[in-house]
Amino acid sequence: MKSQRSRRAVDLFMTALCGTCTALALIPLASILWLVVRNGAGAISLTFLTALPAPVGETGGGVGNAIAGTLFMVGLAALCGVPLGIGAGVFLAERGDGPLGRTVRFCAEVLGGVPSIVVGIVAWGLIVVPMHRFSALAGAAALAILMIPTLARATEEMIRLVPTALREASLALGVPAWRTSLSVVLRTALGGIVTAVLLALARAAGETAPLLFTALNNQYWNLRPDQPTSSLTVQIYNYAISPYDDWHQKAWAAALTLLLMVGLLNLTARWLAGGRMQRGPA
Amino acid sequence: MSERSKLEVRHLTAWFGKTAAIKDVSLSVPAHTVLAIIGPSGCGKSTFIRCLNRMHELTAGTRVEGSVLIEGEDLYARGVDPVFIRRRVGMVFQRPNVFPTMSIRENVLAGLRLNGVRGDHASILEDTLRRTALWDEVKDRLDESAVRLSGGQQQRLCIARAIAVEPEVLLMDEPASALDPIATARIEELIGELKQGYTIVIVTHNMQQAVRISDDTAFFYLGELVEHGPTKQIFTTPRVPRTEDYVTGKFG
Ligand SMILES: Nc1ncnc2c1ncn2[C@@H]1O[C@H](COP(=O)(O)OP(=O)(O)OP(=O)(O)O)[C@@H](O)[C@H]1O
Ligand SMILES: [Mg+2]
Repeated sequence: MKSQRSRRAVDLFMTALCGTCTALALIPLASILWLVVRNGAGAISLTFLTALPAPVGETGGGVGNAIAGTLFMVGLAALCGVPLGIGAGVFLAERGDGPLGRTVRFCAEVLGGVPSIVVGIVAWGLIVVPMHRFSALAGAAALAILMIPTLARATEEMIRLVPTALREASLALGVPAWRTSLSVVLRTALGGIVTAVLLALARAAGETAPLLFTALNNQYWNLRPDQPTSSLTVQIYNYAISPYDDWHQKAWAAALTLLLMVGLLNLTARWLAGGRMQRGPA
Repeated sequence: MSERSKLEVRHLTAWFGKTAAIKDVSLSVPAHTVLAIIGPSGCGKSTFIRCLNRMHELTAGTRVEGSVLIEGEDLYARGVDPVFIRRRVGMVFQRPNVFPTMSIRENVLAGLRLNGVRGDHASILEDTLRRTALWDEVKDRLDESAVRLSGGQQQRLCIARAIAVEPEVLLMDEPASALDPIATARIEELIGELKQGYTIVIVTHNMQQAVRISDDTAFFYLGELVEHGPTKQIFTTPRVPRTEDYVTGKFG
């Protein structure tokens, strides 16, 4: 048996080691936040958040249409991606043990591993080329395809966490299986699923690659699905690769805006998840 | 087979994969009586009652042979929908399993609402909560989450939920195993009252409880029905030595 002293020493060493690793892992996050806030905060104003971008050579202008475009496309993507993702997740959890279920799970895994730029190319080939124009629809389709596999897996996991006892309680009342799935199982898992949806939306809002050649960009307001649409991420990219200092600062400010939007979604998700755990069964 | 049999089990064998947890069991339960199922842990009591409302088949890899008749109709006949069987044969589980997302009111009415049964829900709610001796404790907090209730209250809520849909037969798997003596006494009292309207099959580990509440007792051992008869006879003059050993506490 080790002496108390050496045990204490080992304990101290391990604590220090873990502390150092945590600190190192936090450095990139802290530096991102610090850089973005330092360079971007100065340029954020009401005008910046609501105005159209200024033409080349003029100062001023903002990212109003880009914010609207991001929200619009993420919303369109959610309209299709959320029901499909959750539906697939319910199927996998309830009927996923057969050959069809295994196939679907395998496909979801593969789809989840496809780089987002490849999804963008597919949306370009399937929607942009036949329509002969870049469009919000193509961008949203790419984002939806990215959402579906993550949502399906998250939904499946949340549903599998629902105790068998609850499902059996419902079935023992003579409630049909489909009704049990919807009204008891899905309802119990809902908190976790909503959290997963918010996280998926946050991820979609941060995607650039699949939007570059699907939604492209737009200097003006657009809420028509068949038109090119601006987004915060592509706008950041355009500002950042420009040769103008004023635009570089706008890139930082737009990045900060995006960070705040995504952060807000994440915080809401955490808050919902926390509330769910407190309300959950003992 | 007597005509007054509510339940009639014939040569029932229940499998988990390749092992039989219940082996060739036959017995009958007259209407408006309480049958107690006793036996050591793992002897197949839960498995047996789960065969009586077709819950056994929900576990993957299980199989049932033989037949179970409710008023002469075979539960396991071809084309019988287990959903309708479960509306006639209700079940209370060993551990309380209230729906955590639902209020007390919604829990009691869950079976009616989820099955789209119309009717005077308000009076059904009050009536079932009174019968389960919960009304006075919860009447002012019907819309609170059911998980805020104590374990014993939750179990009585589960009984209320099961009887709100008015089944003909009520299966109870050790409903009082997690309860204190007072809550247990209430549930035993309730079973006595419920007997007027229902036929009850109850699993219990508590010999005194079996004596207090049941008309008949069935003793299971290693998946076989060792002895079945009037409770008084099983506990005073058992015919099989193994039954005597068990009820006198020599093993199990
Ligand atoms: N899901 C399962 N898969 C395989 N075997 C099982 C399963 N459930 C139960 N068994 C087996 O079936 C037998 C009977 O189990 P059962 O749960 O019916 O016992 P029980 O009499 O209710 O016991 P207890 O008094 O502990 O609740 C046991 O040997 C058990 O190991
Ligand atoms: Mg049991």
